[in-house]
Amino acid sequence: MTTLTLLAADGEFQAPGPEIFDFPPLYSGAPVWLNKPVLLAVIGALIICVLAWTAFAKPKLVPRGIQNIGEYGYTFVRDQCARPFLGKDAERWMPLLLSLFLLILLWNFFGVIPVLQIPVNSHIAYPIIFAVTIYVIKIYLGIKHQGGLGYFKNMMFPPGLPKGVYVLMAPLELISNLVLAPFTHAVRLFANMFAGHLILAFFASVGFHFLFEQLTPLGAPLGLVGFLMTTLMTGFEIFIQFLQAFLFTMLAAMYIGGSLHADH
Amino acid sequence: MTLAATVLAAEENNPLLPHTYELVVGGLAFLLVFLVVGKILTPRIQKTLAERTEAIEGGIQKAENAQAEAQAVLQQYRDQLNEARQEAARLREEAREQGAQIKAELREEAQAEARRIVEAAHAQIEADKAQALAQLRSEIGRLSTDLAGRIVGESLEDEARQRRVVDRFLEELEGSGTTAVR
Repeated sequence: MTTLTLLAADGEFQAPGPEIFDFPPLYSGAPVWLNKPVLLAVIGALIICVLAWTAFAKPKLVPRGIQNIGEYGYTFVRDQCARPFLGKDAERWMPLLLSLFLLILLWNFFGVIPVLQIPVNSHIAYPIIFAVTIYVIKIYLGIKHQGGLGYFKNMMFPPGLPKGVYVLMAPLELISNLVLAPFTHAVRLFANMFAGHLILAFFASVGFHFLFEQLTPLGAPLGLVGFLMTTLMTGFEIFIQFLQAFLFTMLAAMYIGGSLHADH
Repeated sequence: MTLAATVLAAEENNPLLPHTYELVVGGLAFLLVFLVVGKILTPRIQKTLAERTEAIEGGIQKAENAQAEAQAVLQQYRDQLNEARQEAARLREEAREQGAQIKAELREEAQAEARRIVEAAHAQIEADKAQALAQLRSEIGRLSTDLAGRIVGESLEDEARQRRVVDRFLEELEGSGTTAVR
């Protein structure tokens, strides 16, 4: 909205930039932290709690209504994320993985819900929270199940390689596991949401500018393209939002599974 | 224009650097979801899913058991029926054998009895004959003496009487002779 206001003032098209992710406080005089993404984060968490409560509070042996949907989500996370990496430990880690998946998914979906239109995870703080949580669990479980030395030994010296390779392999594995993995875990989700929102905002503002603000015979087809692309990209974005939630949860399961069993 | 100012101020924000308050809000939101969804609700649905699996597997197991039981009972009935048939056949055979045996025994007995009766009759006849002969012999002797006595005792002058005596004697002899000879 702020971008569009600016554009109207200038009268010339200006592509939206990173500033579209910055939100002022909700009302004048509100504390600086009380802005739209924060509000959406809280609302999202509450919605997940309420939905999950209606689905699972009193589960029936023969599922009805929303319990069916809930079970579909549960079995999806269990069969696609947890079981491939955790095997028989899958059930034990489902509370964490299901919470993770549902919250990320809804926070992502906020990006395409009219009026809300900002994926909460496009603010890097939220992916960081998730990634750090998984990272801490990963390190803790690794040391607990493989021993302090054993964990790092298994990590840096995967068996079955010629000795010389370890000179190169060991530091790479260490950096990859302890630094790159959590970094990419968080940034992958953040960057996808960030870029997706930017693309949607770009096409939407093209359409809005050339069809409503500056309607000219030359600009109108461009505005039409912008409008069509917005529609198309919204569909694509829904797919990406789901995919990233799934991927994040799957990677979380993979990290936890890797710490539980040294399978290298 | 205040909006523009805000935007300009906000442009200093680096999207790769998190705001502290967002970390706090995100952490709390995740914690809330984890406590409600993860800690309270997930175990419930896991329990229900496990119960459902158990119920389905239990139902299948129960059906299989029932079927196996029915099969066993059917087999048992068949066995019993077979056994009964064999038993009946055996009994029939036995009865037939016994009947034949009894018939043979009875025939033999009857034949023996008949033989016995015939033999007894023969013996009786022989005895009767011997007795009759013996009786006849003694009778003839006695009669002869009797006759002789009478002949001697009677007066011989009465030829008519004499003749009567002889006739009477002969008549008597005839009368007793028929019985004696027989």
